[in-house]
Amino acid sequence: MMLDAVSWDALRLSLLVACTATLVALPIALWVAWLLVRGQFRGKALLSALVHLPLVLPPVVTGYLLLIGFGRNGPFGGVLYDVFGITLAFRWTGAVLAAVIMGFPLMVRAIRLAIEAVDPKLEQAAATLGAKPASVFASVTLPLIAPGILAGAVMGFAKAIGEFGATITFVANIPGQTQTLPSAIYSFLQVPGGEGRAIALVLWACLIAITAIALSEWLAQRVAKRIRGIEDDI
Amino acid sequence: MSLDLNITKRLGAFTLDLHFTAQNGVTAVFGHSGAGKTTLINAVAGLSEPDSGHITLNDTRLFDAACRINLPAHKRRMGYVFQDARLFPHMDVTQNLQFGLRHAPTGSTGPSLDEVAELLGLTYLLKRRPTDLSGGEKQRVALGRALLSRPRMLLMDEPLAALDGPRKDDILPYLERLKSGAAGLPILYVSHALDEIARLADQLVILSKGKVTASGSIFDVLADPTILPLVGVRQAGAVIQAIVLEHGDDGISTLKTNAGFIELPGVAAPVGTLVRLHVLAQDVILSRTRPTGLSSVNILPVIVKSIRTGDGPGAAISLDAAGDQLLARVTARAVQDLELTSGVSCFAVIKATSIAATSIGR
Repeated sequence: MMLDAVSWDALRLSLLVACTATLVALPIALWVAWLLVRGQFRGKALLSALVHLPLVLPPVVTGYLLLIGFGRNGPFGGVLYDVFGITLAFRWTGAVLAAVIMGFPLMVRAIRLAIEAVDPKLEQAAATLGAKPASVFASVTLPLIAPGILAGAVMGFAKAIGEFGATITFVANIPGQTQTLPSAIYSFLQVPGGEGRAIALVLWACLIAITAIALSEWLAQRVAKRIRGIEDDI
Repeated sequence: MSLDLNITKRLGAFTLDLHFTAQNGVTAVFGHSGAGKTTLINAVAGLSEPDSGHITLNDTRLFDAACRINLPAHKRRMGYVFQDARLFPHMDVTQNLQFGLRHAPTGSTGPSLDEVAELLGLTYLLKRRPTDLSGGEKQRVALGRALLSRPRMLLMDEPLAALDGPRKDDILPYLERLKSGAAGLPILYVSHALDEIARLADQLVILSKGKVTASGSIFDVLADPTILPLVGVRQAGAVIQAIVLEHGDDGISTLKTNAGFIELPGVAAPVGTLVRLHVLAQDVILSRTRPTGLSSVNILPVIVKSIRTGDGPGAAISLDAAGDQLLARVTARAVQDLELTSGVSCFAVIKATSIAATSIGR
């Protein structure tokens, strides 16, 4: 499946965006999921609604809101540019932001379910044994929610690879700069005779998806074995 | 060592209002479900905060509402053995034990992992996962893990409640070993099973609807006729001490108490050891004259100390058996017929077979 330079750029950009978005979103999603399960504060319902909003809004709407907020003249985008010299709109970093926002609710959901499944009694037991809260989290909670974190990461990654609406609205579709795999496929299909290039990218998209699923299954089994204590030879 | 506790906490229908002091040894807290036992032990562990009062261990204030002190659980160094073991499922037995050791304060001394594994019979389980352990084994690992965190005190919340009869015998001897062992850790032991308490405890606190209704030495409290309605007719009974004299060929052993000899089947303790007998109040029969021609030979001369008649037809009688205390439950009619009053001498007949082997402990 030989790819021309434009397709190759789109594929590389998509992988870069998806990996970066997953790594950026994961710690925040873990923290937010923790807050939503164990936190006791006012506005918890509001935070939950806010986190889940991109799941129910049309992606184009989310993209447009990002453009208003994070464009060079937007309230956040202006500050980012003036203070840090960072531009998000129409840059690959903007595609990362769009992927983070769109994948975030999926990540939080997966991790939240995992945290809810952890018996707080185990954490209490760890505390009575002298483990500080940070140590309890690292040595008891984290290993037990590892499958949930993994599932969240896979969901986030898949969402980032496939994200189209918000991305194309926020960072447009500039070949070699902001053109991700889905936008490239979309562009190829807009011009006569582009089906061949589209199909090559579609096959690559399938390959990435299958690899991601296989990798996550393999990791999930290893984690499950470690948690449940099933020996490797069984 | 002394644990001084004076706390109140609102608990739904009633207010927990507790005040007692636990000394060295095993202090048992008895109460029915909902009496506030777990709330009490959680307050000592730092897992629940009382509304007011204070909890002091030696010179350390664990909790003091007036001074706004509430030491977090991880700083209290209370080894807590939960009813449901709460082993970490992602760790094997060794790792669970190491968890305790790893979080023990630096510079603290105590038994090593190998010694604890030896003491609790865990050596052959070290590589197993919690899911592959029986209930009794889980509790032993939980106990070992708590011991290895080098606690100042052990808290046990019905550690045997989830186990069936034979499994209880899996762990009771270890608890007894722990008690008599060099560790000498003070233990707060919460339970609603009086037979366990009779075996292990040095002191007994009885909780009822959130209040302390009796407290003192195990011998005094269990022989107190007023506790009968609190612990229930079936469980009530005093504890006396006896020395094993000999084991007969027919499986009957002879034991010596202050008031006389007692013959019992199924005594495992070697000759010369001091054992405890939990004599149920309903298994003691009273007679004004020394009875003859009975199938039971366990007849002790006793003096009536006090009589408590309740609302029902029964009466609880506290007896002095040459310094030991016994508790008997007879009918109020029998009290009248036998003309029993405080100071009267009579004979207590104890049905030997009624003393279960499990309640014969060190």
